[in-house]
Amino acid sequence: MPVKTLTIDGQLITSPRDQTVLDAARGHGIKIPTLCHLDGVSEVGACRLCLVEIAGSNKLVPSCLTQVAEGMNVTTNSPRLQDYRKMIVELLFAERNHVCSVCVANGHCELQELAVAVGMDHVRFEYQFPQLPVDVSHDQFGLDHNRCVMCTRCVRVCDEIEGAHTWDVSGRGHNARVITDLNQPWGDAESCTSCGKCVQACPTGALFRQGATVAEMQKDKEKLGSLMQAREKKQWVV
Amino acid sequence: MGRLKFATVWLGGCSGCHMSFLDLDEWLIELAQHVDVVFSPLADVKEYPDNVDLVLVEGAVANDENLDMIRKVRARTKTLIALGDCAITGNVTALRNPLGVALEVLRPVYGENYPNEPRIVPVLLDRVLAVHEVVPVDHYVPGCPPPASRIKAVLQALLEGKAPALEGNEIRFG
Repeated sequence: MPVKTLTIDGQLITSPRDQTVLDAARGHGIKIPTLCHLDGVSEVGACRLCLVEIAGSNKLVPSCLTQVAEGMNVTTNSPRLQDYRKMIVELLFAERNHVCSVCVANGHCELQELAVAVGMDHVRFEYQFPQLPVDVSHDQFGLDHNRCVMCTRCVRVCDEIEGAHTWDVSGRGHNARVITDLNQPWGDAESCTSCGKCVQACPTGALFRQGATVAEMQKDKEKLGSLMQAREKKQWVV
Repeated sequence: MGRLKFATVWLGGCSGCHMSFLDLDEWLIELAQHVDVVFSPLADVKEYPDNVDLVLVEGAVANDENLDMIRKVRARTKTLIALGDCAITGNVTALRNPLGVALEVLRPVYGENYPNEPRIVPVLLDRVLAVHEVVPVDHYVPGCPPPASRIKAVLQALLEGKAPALEGNEIRFG
């Protein structure tokens, strides 16, 4: 197997040449925070949390979309990166209505975990408090736009693993929303197979099982990775 | 160090943070060796005094009374701690913010007979504010409510003259 040799945080690493910097780092126990990354689906580089520094360039690059290269020298956790990561998490909290104490995902939420990881004890930016709808037209699941961080993991898991492509994104920037079918209520979306993979893929309480109350919505994203492993490598993990 | 002048303040919150403070149980007796409680909803004092050393502020700034109070508290206190998610982010108290200004929240609930007696019932602000949006805050203690152990860690550090440094799970919201 052709390999590349590179340095990550001062550690000399040998990695398969088609790996991303994120995978190479994780393979060697170096933690880089992520939010839009989900094992088993394609990368979009949307959340910018996995940005890293590469020696010789002033640009920060998303490690999930950067291929390893020979002699590359990567820094994953400089003070500059820590500052930006904290700022990104604060901006996510300020953008929609994230109220941990009354959320179905309280205690099981990747956004809440990230706030802990980046050391956020308050938010320096003004909360936007947008008025956003909740869609509970589906008979098993619900969508709360207040808690959505636009990671698009639901969109990718539905398209790439389930093959239904019920989810997509409408609007741009601040007005972007995840939608089902032709921007109609989830319950009316005929392409939805009700498989629930989107609910498992969602990092926050935005997609939830109906009937779950505060702190009850636990997710199992490992299952999605196992599905991909079974399909691509014919390895079945129970 | 002499005895600290210590206060606790209850703005727009459910008093859960104060309940959590009381959960310090026997450590409150230890605390009482080092502080004089000069103002608190748990003490019968009408006016917030001058030259307070340390205050715990629970709740968000939700009405004109909260607004006057927090400005007075800041002006008269050396170290101000935002206690709990409502003080830090607005949290449950700010759930009304996306619904619009105060009247848009009051009318659907009370109809045209909504409470409107300016010097008797505090007037709601159009937007619930976090404490640090109104006055500078020195330390933040997240949690809904913050567990007693977290409050203790912060108070203990301050009593020893150190800056409190909550980290890891000790800064978890919710």
